[in-house]
Amino acid sequence: MSNPQQLRFSKEHEWLSPAEDGVSTVGITEFAANALGDVVYAQLPEVGDTVTAGETCGELESTKSVSDLYSPVSGEVVEANQDVVDDPSLVNTAPFEGGWLFKVRVSEEPKDLLSADEYTEFSGA
Amino acid sequence: MSTAPRTTALDAVHRALGATMTDFAGWDMPLRYGSERDEHQAVRTRAGLFDLSHMGEITVTGPQAAALLDFSLVGNISSVAVGRARYTMICQEDGGILDDLIVYRLEERRYMVVANASNAQTVLDALSARAAGFDAEVRDDRDAYALIAVQGPASPGILASLTDADLDGLKYYAGLPGTVAGVPALIARTGYTGEDGFELFSAPEHAETLWTALTEAGAEAGLIPCGLSCRDTLRLEAGMPLYGHELTTALTPFDAGLGRVVKFEKEGDFVGRAALEAAAERASAKPPRKLVGLVAEGRRVPRAGMSVVAGGEVVGEVTSGAPSPTLGKPIAMAYLDAAHAEPGTAGVGVDIRGTHEPYEVVALPFYKRQK
Repeated sequence: MSNPQQLRFSKEHEWLSPAEDGVSTVGITEFAANALGDVVYAQLPEVGDTVTAGETCGELESTKSVSDLYSPVSGEVVEANQDVVDDPSLVNTAPFEGGWLFKVRVSEEPKDLLSADEYTEFSGA
Repeated sequence: MSTAPRTTALDAVHRALGATMTDFAGWDMPLRYGSERDEHQAVRTRAGLFDLSHMGEITVTGPQAAALLDFSLVGNISSVAVGRARYTMICQEDGGILDDLIVYRLEERRYMVVANASNAQTVLDALSARAAGFDAEVRDDRDAYALIAVQGPASPGILASLTDADLDGLKYYAGLPGTVAGVPALIARTGYTGEDGFELFSAPEHAETLWTALTEAGAEAGLIPCGLSCRDTLRLEAGMPLYGHELTTALTPFDAGLGRVVKFEKEGDFVGRAALEAAAERASAKPPRKLVGLVAEGRRVPRAGMSVVAGGEVVGEVTSGAPSPTLGKPIAMAYLDAAHAEPGTAGVGVDIRGTHEPYEVVALPFYKRQK
């Protein structure tokens, strides 16, 4: 698996796209999706919610377990991916593309997000 | 004692297939190879191949092998015909379940007891202790066997292409020695998936030959390797109990709704008889909690240990829960107070991390194959 070079990554295995007009897209990495197994339910933050970097903002449920979803940045949610709510398996099949989770108007971004290469080394994948 | 997990004879095969491995009862076992839902559906609609070599085989032989098992287990083991198998349990003196077992009668004076991996040592110790005074030998054969299962509607055809054994004559819960893909194996028509299928006990050095031959023979029919994750959802849909979840030493077979495995009519005393007679009476006079099925109305998944609630009160506990690939909804098995255990009882929910999620009470199993 390869982690897209243009993204940045949290140690909780979320990815963050470069901001466009102040809005970034958030998802979980392929490494995390593989570790979870088939995702069957996604509870995403709602439009208008304020999320805080490093804090939980939803949950992802797989066959075997439930995992908290952490936001990699602080800001206001402007869109949640309804396609993933309807078909959570998108998180497994296209974690960096159609399986994105939410879009956030970033107010603050932590300094310690990882580059693709750093994340690859961190996750050992 | 080493704490490193044990590996099966097929370990290199699993790694070559890219399996996600998991520690299960001290064994390093395949959890899944790809998507566990695809694996589940393969077993329901085509065929799946499992490595179950972690299961614990114990051989009981001798002139009093049958008498020893009648005394040690709750079933009527002496009545099992040669070539047949029986689902049964081993209990403590107080009636608590030590394990659920399949016992194969291989010869008049030779049985194979198959225990859960997590309980194999306990069962071995109990049988050895209970053998005192019997002319019978209890032997630890855990290292003598690899166990491969091929399960699903296509499995008879796949296996038939690799053996001359009379599979049509091999009934459910029967086992016969034979040759598969040129190697000796005990062929048993048993499983834990709710589908037709076979379990093949072989010497570990033949496991890879069997696995490869089954993989190739099943390719056209859509057979794929399957891990323990889908084995759990398959058995849950089929309403089959799992030790440590629906069955524990704190419960008798009657508490688990499986009193039918206890055969009071058999001759002689057996371990737990007095306590189990009392348990049977309690169960018929005043039903304790009852094992039922729950089907979610929403999408959040119940997990073992979560409380079942009704009217603000805790009325039971979830023992197993998972998203059901066949139903497309979360399902669970749970012990419920008798007052709330009738199918269709309104107002029952599961407390999932503080939220009351509505659930429908249903009779088990969730899934029954069309024969």
